[in-house]
Amino acid sequence: MTKRFVAIWFRYLKTDWYIRRIPGLAKTAFVLSLPDHGRMVVTAINAIAQQRGIYAGMSVADARAIFPALHVLDDKPGHADTILKGLADWCIRYTPCVAVDMPEGLVLDATGCAHLWGGEKNYLQDITMRLQHLGYQVRVSMAGTIGAAWALSRFGEPLAIIEPGGEKDALSPLPAAALRLQAATLERLQKLGLRQVGDFMEMPPSALRRRFGEAMLQRLDQALGTEEEHLQPVVPVEDHQVRLPCMEPILTRAGIEIALQTLLENLCARLKTEGKGLRTAVFKCFRVDGKIMSIDIGTSRATTNVTHLFKLFETKLDTIEPALGIELFLLEASKTDDVSPVQKNIWEKNAGLQNTALFELLDRLGGKFGMHRLHRYLPDEHYWPERSIKPATSLSEQLTTAWKVERPRPQQLLARPEPIQVTAPIPDYPPMLFRYKGKLHTVKKADGPERIEQEWWLQEGQHRDYYTVEDEEGNRYWLFRLGHYDADKTPGWFLHGFFA
Amino acid sequence: MVLMVSTKADIIARLRRDILPLGGFRSAGHGHDVIDLGPINQAFPDGAFPLGAIHEFISSGIEDTAATSGFILGIISRLAQKGGLTLWISDSRTLFPPALLLFGVQPDNIIFLDLERELDCLWAAEEALKSEGLAAVVCEVQNLSFTASRRLQLAVEGSGITGFIFRKNPRKLTPTASIAQWKITSLPSETAEDMPGVGFPRWQVNLTKVRNGKPGSWQFEFAGKNFRPLPTLRAVPQQLQKKAV
Repeated sequence: MTKRFVAIWFRYLKTDWYIRRIPGLAKTAFVLSLPDHGRMVVTAINAIAQQRGIYAGMSVADARAIFPALHVLDDKPGHADTILKGLADWCIRYTPCVAVDMPEGLVLDATGCAHLWGGEKNYLQDITMRLQHLGYQVRVSMAGTIGAAWALSRFGEPLAIIEPGGEKDALSPLPAAALRLQAATLERLQKLGLRQVGDFMEMPPSALRRRFGEAMLQRLDQALGTEEEHLQPVVPVEDHQVRLPCMEPILTRAGIEIALQTLLENLCARLKTEGKGLRTAVFKCFRVDGKIMSIDIGTSRATTNVTHLFKLFETKLDTIEPALGIELFLLEASKTDDVSPVQKNIWEKNAGLQNTALFELLDRLGGKFGMHRLHRYLPDEHYWPERSIKPATSLSEQLTTAWKVERPRPQQLLARPEPIQVTAPIPDYPPMLFRYKGKLHTVKKADGPERIEQEWWLQEGQHRDYYTVEDEEGNRYWLFRLGHYDADKTPGWFLHGFFA
Repeated sequence: MVLMVSTKADIIARLRRDILPLGGFRSAGHGHDVIDLGPINQAFPDGAFPLGAIHEFISSGIEDTAATSGFILGIISRLAQKGGLTLWISDSRTLFPPALLLFGVQPDNIIFLDLERELDCLWAAEEALKSEGLAAVVCEVQNLSFTASRRLQLAVEGSGITGFIFRKNPRKLTPTASIAQWKITSLPSETAEDMPGVGFPRWQVNLTKVRNGKPGSWQFEFAGKNFRPLPTLRAVPQQLQKKAV
């Protein structure tokens, strides 16, 4: 497919932005200024100021001398970048691939997009009209190369469209500056009297290279299409992205649901043909007022089940505020995985980790509460009770070591052992009595001790001697003594768990 | 003519069978082959532990909680025999996974969902009970309103999963729509020939409420892998019913 690019030039980018915020400025001449080498320098001007002969780069004092009633506002460094990024996001409605072209433009890769607006002319008109509606004065043009589109937008007719192959004719009457050349190169061309692109376009490349350097030849080739130029889109173009523009802004939940359903069906059908399944997805809603609302979901395994995915989104649909209406819906699969062939026969009713219904349930629970709330535990190679289990990294992770069954472990384990008072014969007998939370328990039966040493390479500390004891009521406890009996101190006793 | 020869008793038996599913019990005989609780079976209207229903367990104090979790795990080990997974929802979990092996449950076959709010727990439980693919769902909460229990019961009637609502230290025992209400407490264990040490876990199993059945009290030991009823006193149902109220 032949490439088509659109260049948008915001002639008064920063001042238009100020007029949008403060509409009163529209009728006055005003400039933005920044300090530079100890004086205030004009960095941006509006149309009225320009008519008065003020230009960017002159000092504020000079500008005031020309036009004393001039308004001077403070500029912010990097402000143009922020505005352009916002506008680039906004322009996603025209094409998925939008790049910022500093200092005051955007470049759109419009390949295969214009026919959706009923032709290239309508496409450009729509862009111009909507941006003007937002308050920006723009010049827009379309060509087969980025360079030509850029040149035409700055120096050509408004809404210029160059057919593929027509770059040479279109560029030749334009001034040399249309080629995005460096100031030094432009100056030299000027000195030599090469004022129009046509003057030097046909010169042998070796001669041009010798006098003006490689960069100039590259710009010329890029404009003419002999060398390819790549865009750096503000939003990386997703492979799996579907979009649904709306004729009328959508305001209702029912409408949003229909859009989501349609997009999911399209995306899943596409993923199916590629043998892929969706892992994470983002659903974006572009509002009329320029805001973007988005919700995202994740699944624990690749899936193309529309009903399931819809349910995952459904729990989060409440967070979308349509405000004045949504004019574009966009669904992209930010992460996809190959669907394993095993998955195809799991619609059979088998329980276990291969069960799709289960995974869908876990997705729903994880989607609502966060995946970090779901835990599955695997054995770890430690005897120390608190370290004997580790959380599984995924819900389908397999065991690497077997569970230890030789020693009984309590059903209920306190996160932090609680101190108890005991009466116990020394040196290594279970207690006869113990007091826990003010209640005295008489030990009738006991097992132990089971000595568990502290793992010195992980943590310093004393060993624990565990006893399983049963009191007169039949309740079973897991107690331990921390360390040995010493001459100078008595060891602490703790209650750590409860047996069934 | 079939109707003519069938006796009154037959007709009543058939009508009972027809009524049971309407009361929330799954098809009769379903639980026979899976869970055999010996004398308790007769407490249920169709003579079997009801699966695909909501069982409510009341525990007061962490000692009872341990005993109750042991009993629940004993039942889950039967339900999950074919490798099914169990979802354990809780807002204050103290269950220690390695201990589940004692009751024949693979700890890695349990997925824990730890939430902060009781309402979230109940939402998750309802969602889990609606879906197919789990062996059982356990939900640890403190309070259960009648409406919430109705929702859970309706969810299991659609999917056939067995749900265990584990109420730890409930503030108030209000009526609920669950099929059975249990209370398990520990009993002193016994070792063979009075050997020293602690024996198999023993419990006093109180079935305080059961829909269309006979509540009662039994003593059980969990010996190795099976529930073993202890040959002790049979409970007097009337007394217990009073207690439950």
